Amino acid sequence: MLAKRIIPCLDVRDGKVVKGVNFEGIKEVGDPVACAEEYNKQGADEIVFYDITASFEGRGVFLDVVRETAKKVFVPLTVGGGIKTVDDIRETLRAGADKVSVNSQAVKNPDLIRAGADIFGSQCICVGIDAKKIADHKWTVYINGGRVDMKLDLIDWVHTIEKLGAGEICLNSIDADGTKAGFDIEMLKAVCDNCSIPVIASGGAGKINDFYEVFEKTGATAALAASLFHFKELTVGEVKDYCRNKGVIVR
Amino acid sequence: MIAIIDYGAGNIFSVKNALDYLGFENKLTSDKDDLIKADALILPGVGAFPEAMKMLGNSGLTDVIKEEGKKKPLLGICLGMQMLFEKGYEFEETDGLGLIGGKVDKIVAPGYIIPHMGWNKLEKLNDCPLMNGLGDNEYVYFVHSFQAYCDDANIAAYCEYPDKVPALVTDGKFVFGAQFHPEKSGNTGLQILKNFGGLIK
Repeated sequence: MLAKRIIPCLDVRDGKVVKGVNFEGIKEVGDPVACAEEYNKQGADEIVFYDITASFEGRGVFLDVVRETAKKVFVPLTVGGGIKTVDDIRETLRAGADKVSVNSQAVKNPDLIRAGADIFGSQCICVGIDAKKIADHKWTVYINGGRVDMKLDLIDWVHTIEKLGAGEICLNSIDADGTKAGFDIEMLKAVCDNCSIPVIASGGAGKINDFYEVFEKTGATAALAASLFHFKELTVGEVKDYCRNKGVIVR
Repeated sequence: MIAIIDYGAGNIFSVKNALDYLGFENKLTSDKDDLIKADALILPGVGAFPEAMKMLGNSGLTDVIKEEGKKKPLLGICLGMQMLFEKGYEFEETDGLGLIGGKVDKIVAPGYIIPHMGWNKLEKLNDCPLMNGLGDNEYVYFVHSFQAYCDDANIAAYCEYPDKVPALVTDGKFVFGAQFHPEKSGNTGLQILKNFGGLIK
């Protein structure tokens, strides 16, 4: 049976790993290729690179990071941030990514999902979603790093992207992100129960049991964390050992 | 030299990256003479069966691969593994390379997500030199919607999803096929590629 995946995420700006808290107060934490190698050693099942560069020059540096990592790390690489067109997807896959993650641009132009899936296959199109609770059992989708409310119902959006051919969803809870209070179980459950593609849980991981809890209580097939792994509060290996001992199938 | 057959399908660079990392001399090529000169061949592939067989035919490499696969180690990866069989049934019936007996058809797994994508465990069925040095708890990375249907004798290892899905197949001589991506399967995948490179005489 398929193993549940533990995925560390690296935010990269101008060729360096950075980490912000609640999308602000960004600080540099290291060399992305070295970080990816370390996560690989720890047993990461996949590695996500997120480009938060704003400039054209930065994009080239970022793709070099992907290229270098692909020479040293032999697990699937997912690359997100700044992908706006089919050509961007192609360029990113050619640099060595196995999947791309599209977020804001997919909301602005949903056809990007369909076109990407048609040309490159659904398996390499992951749709990232930032969502926030607005009422009991109701969430809306935000874009631009959680700054702009699109007044788009989360579950409607999930149905839309699944129809368009998305291969996977990476669901980030704006409410949980940065709190370290655990994944947003209620929101994840609502999404997992309403789609048949894999869902990656993101936002809120603070302690080791949070990972077990998200696999136990929701249909999420993977759990993603950034700062927890960056600042070595936990290693990927510790999380996997813990989940394995609790009966979760992990690699 | 290991020739990585470049006929226009799939992400061949990750296979090259893995061989470079392991220190095996290799070449991305669509040149018939390279395939004849090579010590071993890798047939990668991502996409659909009929289109890939067509592209291989257009490259004029089909017969060379069939011939060389009888003389030197050949490893098909993912769709490249599926193409080793006699027939494929993706969209339409298509002739494969026929190096291993059997056919390729849809994965039947009601209630399960298709494609079968992610890390799944290798269950050993028959001895195979590509599995040297592997333990009993090895996971490899899959992405596919079709699978091989063949004799158990040709299956070195399978995985469960929930039925038996052939993962590593062989003709018992020079031909091997990996339904998973060894180049994306961490240390387990690297060990399998290293074993394959080790078959070079």
